[in-house]
Amino acid sequence: MTVPTTLVPEDPQHSTLEQSENAIELKEVEGLSQGRIVLRRFVRHRGAMVAAIVLTLIILLATTSIGWGPIPGWWPHTPQALNDVVNAGGKPTMGFDGGFQVGPHPFGQDNIGRDGFARVMRGTQQSLLIMAIIGLLATTIGIVVGALAGFLRGWIDNLLMRFTDMVITIPVIMVGAILGARFGKAGPVLLGTMLALVTWTTMARLVRGEFMSLREREFVDAARVAGASNSRIMFKHMLPNAMGVIIVNATLLMASAILLETALSYLGFGITAPDVSLGQLINEYQSAFATRPWLFWWPGLFIVSIALCVNFIGDGLRDAFDPRQRRIPSKRKMAKA
Amino acid sequence: MATHVTTRAEVQSATTPPTSAPGLSQRLRSAAPMLSFIARRLLSSAVVLIGATFIVYMLLQLSLDPLEDLKTSTAPNKEALIEARTRLLDLDTPWPLRYLGWLGGAAGCVVGQCDLGASWVTNQSVLALLSTAIPSTMKLITASTLLAIVLGIAVGIASALRQYTGFDYGVTFLSFVLYSLPSFWVAVLLKQWGAIGFNDFLRDPTYSPVATIGLAVLAGLIWMALVGGDRRRRAITFVVATAATGALLAYLSLTQWFLAPSLGIVGVAVTGAAIAFAVSTLASSPGNRRALYASLTTAAVGVALYYPLQYAFVNATALLVAGLALVAVGVGLLVGYLFGGADRAQSMRSAAIVGLGVGLLIFVDRVMRVWPAYSNASRINGRPIATIGSQTPNLQGDFWVGSLDTFTHLLLPTIALILISFASYTRYSRASLLEVMNQDYIRTARAKGLSERTVTMRHAFRNALIPLATIVPLDIAALFGGAIITERIFAWSGMGTLFLTGLHNRDADPIMGYFIVVGTMLVLANIVVVFVYAALDPRIRVNA
Repeated sequence: MTVPTTLVPEDPQHSTLEQSENAIELKEVEGLSQGRIVLRRFVRHRGAMVAAIVLTLIILLATTSIGWGPIPGWWPHTPQALNDVVNAGGKPTMGFDGGFQVGPHPFGQDNIGRDGFARVMRGTQQSLLIMAIIGLLATTIGIVVGALAGFLRGWIDNLLMRFTDMVITIPVIMVGAILGARFGKAGPVLLGTMLALVTWTTMARLVRGEFMSLREREFVDAARVAGASNSRIMFKHMLPNAMGVIIVNATLLMASAILLETALSYLGFGITAPDVSLGQLINEYQSAFATRPWLFWWPGLFIVSIALCVNFIGDGLRDAFDPRQRRIPSKRKMAKA
Repeated sequence: MATHVTTRAEVQSATTPPTSAPGLSQRLRSAAPMLSFIARRLLSSAVVLIGATFIVYMLLQLSLDPLEDLKTSTAPNKEALIEARTRLLDLDTPWPLRYLGWLGGAAGCVVGQCDLGASWVTNQSVLALLSTAIPSTMKLITASTLLAIVLGIAVGIASALRQYTGFDYGVTFLSFVLYSLPSFWVAVLLKQWGAIGFNDFLRDPTYSPVATIGLAVLAGLIWMALVGGDRRRRAITFVVATAATGALLAYLSLTQWFLAPSLGIVGVAVTGAAIAFAVSTLASSPGNRRALYASLTTAAVGVALYYPLQYAFVNATALLVAGLALVAVGVGLLVGYLFGGADRAQSMRSAAIVGLGVGLLIFVDRVMRVWPAYSNASRINGRPIATIGSQTPNLQGDFWVGSLDTFTHLLLPTIALILISFASYTRYSRASLLEVMNQDYIRTARAKGLSERTVTMRHAFRNALIPLATIVPLDIAALFGGAIITERIFAWSGMGTLFLTGLHNRDADPIMGYFIVVGTMLVLANIVVVFVYAALDPRIRVNA
């Protein structure tokens, strides 16, 4: 593996540093499969690991607390039930009142006594669900379109790419709002599916580029000589090699998907009341900011946390998949090498 | 490989062999394939755009039902109402045919006979709607785009030059957070704190010593991380920056500066000198003292004109101010030319930038001076930072009051828009500069003994801007239609509002009008990108 070297005049130790870094790189990947190497690099990315743990905790909290579908959760309140207002004005019961305490309504209540925590959890569920649907479906569409265009080339490539160009010309927030105006009321699954139908374009372009360069490689010729069919070459031989690009961009796609969904719900063209999503909560409670700011704080914090975690995971994955990335080895590792 | 990019804005076709200095005849010969390339590119873009309008039209027909309110209506003449609206909107014709009718009208725009339809709810023609919405949106996005680009690139470059330091990690983390912020959430927070909070603060514009010290230490830490160096240098930076910031904040608080802000001639002189030093350091080679002298002279000329200009400003108009800005640049160019030196272009460039900067300072100072009058006007009533709209209705005042009114309305949406796009510019410019700094020609430049500043500014920085030049046009085009959420929250009646109102009213024609503008901008931006890239990077050739 070659690492591009830079000459820094102020630092005579630099070239030896480069060499030892090379040595470390080579030593640590000896005899490991590609997947293992990637996993190792990812685990070592501190930001990404913290993000992965936080995201897992958020998912667990959102799904177990108020339950998922028919499965009941451990939280006593439901998003829609009207409870008695505990604190004056529905103030959060969580806080430091002679020691930390959670209380019956940790995220507060709204003006008619609905439990803030249950509503935020329900919103998180919906937003995560839509994010996952968009991520999976848009990635799949993008892979299929990009793989066909990049592998078959010719008129199919032309046709698919002009179509991609057309879809890419339409701003996502615009087409999302138009579709959301129709399908938002029909629930998160249909909304997510519809949004996936317009967000696959970047993935298709990237996969196409990757496939165009991969199909010139020797292993593809070898597979063809061995008698493999087109679909086998595409999905068994080339796709695994393009996986790095795909996974990284699927993550980034999901980060923008949650922001898209919450923005649409905020505008009133996504999930609408009485159903709950994080963006819809902010829309519903923005006028109450002066009197009940907690109703506004928590959904926003959850959106930011989820998007931030997904972005960090994407960054970690990119570093893990891209061998050109340079890292500074710790002093201890330098001493060992 | 070229040490740095030629700025010759000429795209050579692949058919002409590249030469070091193409003669006129060669340029003419290369013009023909060039034209055919442009023609084909425009044609295919037009096809893509028409296809996209078809998709949007189809989606609108599927999503919006203009009869929705009537179907659930309880009016006794329900049938007749439905009948009337069906006739009005021609709903009995299949939508593909109606699309062709719309396309025919839109195609008229090419020959100057635009017919984009009309809103059936308000009866206004789409052209009229667009002609008020487009200038309004441009007003909103111009300042924020420029500021986001400049700030984003500056911070990204600084972060790349301090790779793997606390500053770099801080900037990286910040840009990730900004990436993840939902713009509607930020905008509501800005309204609450930026406007209402600041307006409350203005009632008694003093702050506690604790706040002063806290802010000063924060500023000191940022400067320390930014300047870097060894321990002693960092300590000195920290102390100086903290003391300077603390003194400035204390001065602002004690003199109640926020009630009657102004820079004054002293402020203009000090800031102008700082700009002169900064610009000549960044934009000229280290040995070029002439550039510094030219910049300082230009700043001095500006300061000398401070009082005479106040008379010229009495009956100012936008045209006069724009003219004065041009004069400022001209003065800078002239001073730079007169100083000359080894590299005359450098001196002229530095001095022109300084001239513009000092001119801007004097303008800002003049706008600040109407602050007390503006703030106490009956329409404003001591709460100058606006949360909605683009101007205060029925505000009496001259050009300066009007300008200040525009600025106070632009402030919050601009901050919101900057926060959104700042992060991506930072990330791009950081990655781009790091990539360039690893190139062989940077090593060559260092090896031939150039100073680190010259290597960074003249060899690395310019090349690092190339990838950015391809992103900026697309971003501007996207912002054109993409400020939907920001416009909604700040009640700014531009393109985004046009779209949302149309969608809310189930009114297809305004939405199509909105899309034809945004789509055309995007398609044109794509063409611009190809040419900018080919013009800036001689390694890339446009395939004719």
